Amino acid sequence: MDAPASEKRLEQLREKAWQEGVVPGRGVDVVGGPIPRKPGYYGEPVVKPPVWTWEIPLYFFFGGIAGMSAVIALAAILFHHVDVARAAMWLAAIAGAVLSPILLIMDLGRPHLFLNMLRVFKHRSAMSMGAWILTAFGACAVPGLIALELHAHQIFAGTPDQLLSFATVIFIFGAAIFGTLLATYTGVLIGATAIPAWFLHRTLLPIHFGTAGLGCAAAVLELFGYRISALNFIGFYTAAVETALLIWLSFDKHGAADRAIHEHGSGWFIRIGEVLNGPLALLLRFFGFIPLAAISFLAGALVSRIGWIAVGKVSGADPEAVFASQR
Amino acid sequence: MIGEGLQSTNQRKHSYVQDRVEVGFFTDPSVCIGCKACEVACKEWNQVPDDGFTWTGNSYDNTGHLGASTWRHVMFLEQDRAKGNQVAGTMSLGDGEDPFRWVFLSDVCKHCEEAGCLEACPTGSIVRTETGTVFVQNDVCNGCGYCVVSCPFGVIDRRPSPLPDAGGAFKCTFCYDRQKSGLVPACAKVCPTESIVFGRLDDLRAHARKRVEDLRQHGYNDAQLYDPTDTSVRGIHAFFLLLGEPEAYGLPPRPQVPTIYLKSAWTAAFATAIASIIATLVAFAFSS
Repeated sequence: MDAPASEKRLEQLREKAWQEGVVPGRGVDVVGGPIPRKPGYYGEPVVKPPVWTWEIPLYFFFGGIAGMSAVIALAAILFHHVDVARAAMWLAAIAGAVLSPILLIMDLGRPHLFLNMLRVFKHRSAMSMGAWILTAFGACAVPGLIALELHAHQIFAGTPDQLLSFATVIFIFGAAIFGTLLATYTGVLIGATAIPAWFLHRTLLPIHFGTAGLGCAAAVLELFGYRISALNFIGFYTAAVETALLIWLSFDKHGAADRAIHEHGSGWFIRIGEVLNGPLALLLRFFGFIPLAAISFLAGALVSRIGWIAVGKVSGADPEAVFASQR
Repeated sequence: MIGEGLQSTNQRKHSYVQDRVEVGFFTDPSVCIGCKACEVACKEWNQVPDDGFTWTGNSYDNTGHLGASTWRHVMFLEQDRAKGNQVAGTMSLGDGEDPFRWVFLSDVCKHCEEAGCLEACPTGSIVRTETGTVFVQNDVCNGCGYCVVSCPFGVIDRRPSPLPDAGGAFKCTFCYDRQKSGLVPACAKVCPTESIVFGRLDDLRAHARKRVEDLRQHGYNDAQLYDPTDTSVRGIHAFFLLLGEPEAYGLPPRPQVPTIYLKSAWTAAFATAIASIIATLVAFAFSS
């Protein structure tokens, strides 16, 4: 209501009160008060949005690369692509045993207490499981890399070398198993929360994060010059799955409950990310632009992870999303 | 409880911790006068730092919401309906045509039977006490922030810098330190109208049911109990009487503990893990 009209109404009310002693009917409807018209309690968030900052999407990105690199390393070792295996294990160790822990510790409110993560083992807490998975992954990837390098450089000969090559396979096998969990548990982590846009897509998230991790690992190796058809095949497979997920996400809508995925700035992050690592990466690869496809996939995976955290912040702060998800 | 004077459970010394008795809070807006003594007592006793003097413009509520440094929060609802048989209006006094009511409710951590924060905590910092309440051990918490997104009521939060003890997660302790010494939690102790009642959970639930009935007989047709026993949260230790819908109080109508989502999420994760291994092995097998 514009100011002059409400002033006029106030004058009428004063006049009436003066003449009749009481004023029937509605008073002055002040914009913004006195009856709140925002959803819920003055539009206050019902659940708390995540407090996580830029470290977490970056960790999701590098953790995915690290974990799935170990899977590529295992397949490469089994099928005698030793060069690819070595590069993949370096990638796994640097991204998984150096970058990931640093990012995770940086995000803690009290970084000096990071070791408390290993104080208990709780299978019902995805964060606890994640801490143990990352630890187990590091404990396999680092010795796996050392053993692989020692073996590749023929430092020892005879029986020690045979033992070393056996240990290499065991460690890389362990790294690959924990690596698949490292790349996928992050989807469980945000899927099993009270944030509507996250828990409504709890089956999509682990598939998306894991598959994007595999595609990113292959893309990084390709950009480092390992242009073998196996990595190209992985590129096709992951971009195809991501395209399918993009279609799934555009059909599996929950109205106001998950509107953060489809509206706002956070929605654009998701859309751009999914197009980059889905259809665009697939097309570029189909026409043989492998480095461009790899860059597109990597960029898409990173943007989409930033997007999913942004979605959590928007969705958590939106009281109507919480109400809609429970009705 | 109301009318019991010094015999009220809000005033008596107790041994609930030693006897391992389930305790609770029952908060009743129909007698709350919005004095915020509970907020002040909580801050004073627990030495909770101030988190800013902001003017929200939301009625007389300048506290805003529960958080790391706000463990009791008195809500001020302004609604265009009548409160029981009271006659009030925004302008039209007496004719009941333009009804208005002012409702106050002191919000607090719900101390869930199945607590999302407790389940999510990776350090074991959050524990359940002898009296069934949920307690954060501040010296163990490393501030990972996972409890913040796991609470279905948006209660627990990480305290930002530069406040004292910044970086850790904080929420209502149910005055565990006072309870251990047989004292009543600070908020209930000071509540001048016994809108906040502290006591045995069973007694409180019975009292609350009776209170809802009484209010309904006196014209409070929208009085109801807020205690989600029929969802995965399986009931809360700090439950409320509400006038009207839970949504108006910023309370989730059907809160769920997020652990119920684990099964489908992990299934998708394991399926992706297996699919990724197979796809990679196939890729290398056919290109070798």
